[in-house]
Amino acid sequence: MTQDAPLALDIRGLAKRFERPAVDGLDLSVPVGEFYTLLGPNGAGKTTTLRMVTGLLKPDRGSISIYGIDALADPIGAKRITAWVSDEPMIYEKLTPLEYLDFVAGLWSVDGNLAASRARDLLALLGLTPHAQERCEGLSRGMRQKVALAGALVHEPKLIILDEPFTGLDAGSARMVKQALRARVHAGGCVIMTTHILDVAERMADRIGVMAEGKLIADGTLDELRRQAGSGHASLEDTFLALVAQDAAAA
Amino acid sequence: MSRPGTFGWFAQHEARLAWRDWLSLMTGGHRRRARSVALGFIAFALFVHGLAYLMLASATNLRGPADTHVLVIITGTLALAGSLMLSQAMESVTRAFYARGDLELILTSPVASSRLFAVRIAAMVVTILFMALVLGAPFINVLAWRGGAHWLGAYAVAVALAMDAVAVAVVLTVALFRAIGPRRTRGISQIVAAVIGATFVIGMQFAAILSFGTMPKMAVLQMAALVKRAPDSDSLIWWPARAVLGEKMALATLLGLSIAVLAAVIRLFAPRFGPLALATAGLSHVATRRIRHRSRFHTATPMQALRRKEWTLLLRDPWLMSQTLMQLLYLLPPAFLLWRSFYAGDGTSALVVPILIVAAGQLGGGLAWLAVSGEDAPDLIASAPVSQARVLWAKAEAVLGGIAVIFAPFGLALAIAAPFAAFVACVGVAIAAGSATAIQYWFRTQARRSLFRRRQTSSRVATYAEALSSIGWAGTGALAATGTWLAVVPGVIVLAMVAGAWMISPARSPSPI
Repeated sequence: MTQDAPLALDIRGLAKRFERPAVDGLDLSVPVGEFYTLLGPNGAGKTTTLRMVTGLLKPDRGSISIYGIDALADPIGAKRITAWVSDEPMIYEKLTPLEYLDFVAGLWSVDGNLAASRARDLLALLGLTPHAQERCEGLSRGMRQKVALAGALVHEPKLIILDEPFTGLDAGSARMVKQALRARVHAGGCVIMTTHILDVAERMADRIGVMAEGKLIADGTLDELRRQAGSGHASLEDTFLALVAQDAAAA
Repeated sequence: MSRPGTFGWFAQHEARLAWRDWLSLMTGGHRRRARSVALGFIAFALFVHGLAYLMLASATNLRGPADTHVLVIITGTLALAGSLMLSQAMESVTRAFYARGDLELILTSPVASSRLFAVRIAAMVVTILFMALVLGAPFINVLAWRGGAHWLGAYAVAVALAMDAVAVAVVLTVALFRAIGPRRTRGISQIVAAVIGATFVIGMQFAAILSFGTMPKMAVLQMAALVKRAPDSDSLIWWPARAVLGEKMALATLLGLSIAVLAAVIRLFAPRFGPLALATAGLSHVATRRIRHRSRFHTATPMQALRRKEWTLLLRDPWLMSQTLMQLLYLLPPAFLLWRSFYAGDGTSALVVPILIVAAGQLGGGLAWLAVSGEDAPDLIASAPVSQARVLWAKAEAVLGGIAVIFAPFGLALAIAAPFAAFVACVGVAIAAGSATAIQYWFRTQARRSLFRRRQTSSRVATYAEALSSIGWAGTGALAATGTWLAVVPGVIVLAMVAGAWMISPARSPSPI
């Protein structure tokens, strides 16, 4: 990451406590035009962090800036340029994919004709055109996930945040989704994603962050992480496990 | 402990699940509330016994031989109880078909699944009997206390009625499955169940309106003309009533027949439950119908899009529609009364005012729960660039708009017959629906729409507050429609009660968002 690059996301001292600290004074910066992947063991605080960024959870303390907008002071402004896709596709069973995209476009106040054109393109891109006018209740889990993803893209957000987006997707669908996300990054957007599928992170991410116990314990390109872990040319899986083990030993 | 896979083992399994389910339903999942629930039950039992004593205070001839007059009243009461039990049984059977739960585990295991389904059918009898006796037992006890132990035969008749209701419900539901397929059976059978449950009550109200010009239904059973036309007292039609009175021959015959019918139904249908339930499991994988006229959201503002979304989701879900709109069946008698009063010009149309208000409150509460708590994509709505206040306002508008559409014809009809009563009814409908919506908002919890029927479990306070506000506003409306200033008194009390609900609601706690 270059120091001068404009930041898509800038988090400072973010903290959230439930029964115990879930996120503990987190600092994280992601520049514009980057595909960033957040890794970590279960309960590391990844999803909590991302839910705070998208305005779904209120932090106990800290600051969140999205493309220069203070997300805590101006949540509506921040939400206008952000999209969120959770691991469990939450869509309306009684709407069709086309109607769902139409509804999302309505929420984000996208022009009607533009929304219709984007919806058609997205459904075609994700192989959903044959199901465009069927109710979502009849779609498989993978198809629902793609509908949710199309919903995140229909208002052309600058920042896309995804929590385990490849859960339930077949290989072909996963490739389509990866291409769609990569295209968004090339177009100047920013994608932040959590995943437990380390192969995907290794191949797609420009930069990888590793969280444990609510803190960012490592951050950088794959080579930078390898150096930090002292793992030579090891795979991301080995590097990740080494970093988590080092952190546990240090604690 | 019974040997695994036997009837006894399945019965223990079902009893444990039913007990925990019931406990959860009563306590809302908070085990600490168990003591309060127990105390509440004792208070309720005392209250219903007191009520039964007062209602039966004027009853005479409880010890003497039964005349036709008594037999008509008992038979009418049994018909009412039977129709309600059949309605409940149809709901239970439908739920058993469509609940996934442990079905796949049971059906893929090497035990005979027909045993489990036989136990489940028997469990439905127990559940329905319990529900009937919650209200019926105090009346039986008071009758036995005042009229003698022979009235305890009513308990055995209740058991027989529950067995008959479940047997008929199983046959009816399986017939529906065969006739219209699993996709439509769920909605249709619930509508049939509601209609069966309502028909007798509504029918008696119609008869009462025609006979007396008002709506108390039990009066119909005391009509001299009805008693005069009834069959002789030795007719077979009175056997169930005679069984209630403790006549041994009638009681033994009724119980024997009911046991035989239920046993035959279990033997015939328990082995078919598995395949039928599996047929419902495939529903989510079949291609769904294509939408010809799609809703348009993008030409709207975010608020309009939210309103349209709520209406579209409700209109496309026949099951939810039936659950929410079934309450409107009970508006048929007041509508009839209104129509009759309009032609008779006797001024009884004001009687409709409290009924409209209470129906609006109940319907408003149900719709508000669907819109506020039953949001299926909460993350999407919360991450949209629309403030939470605007989202909730749009949802409230969707609810109140729906109420306005439903109740407008009643308001217009009433305005022709009694303009002042119509004005009071319209204001009352708006306030009752608004109060119910506000209470649902203050006590909102995230839940799937499919849990609509169990929405009361999330907050007992909200449930009672919603019911009391509807009844309270109805009382206020009833007084206001007569033009008395006394209406202010219940109005202030209800307002204080609604304010109290807000004071103790979680809405006053800091929002997580």
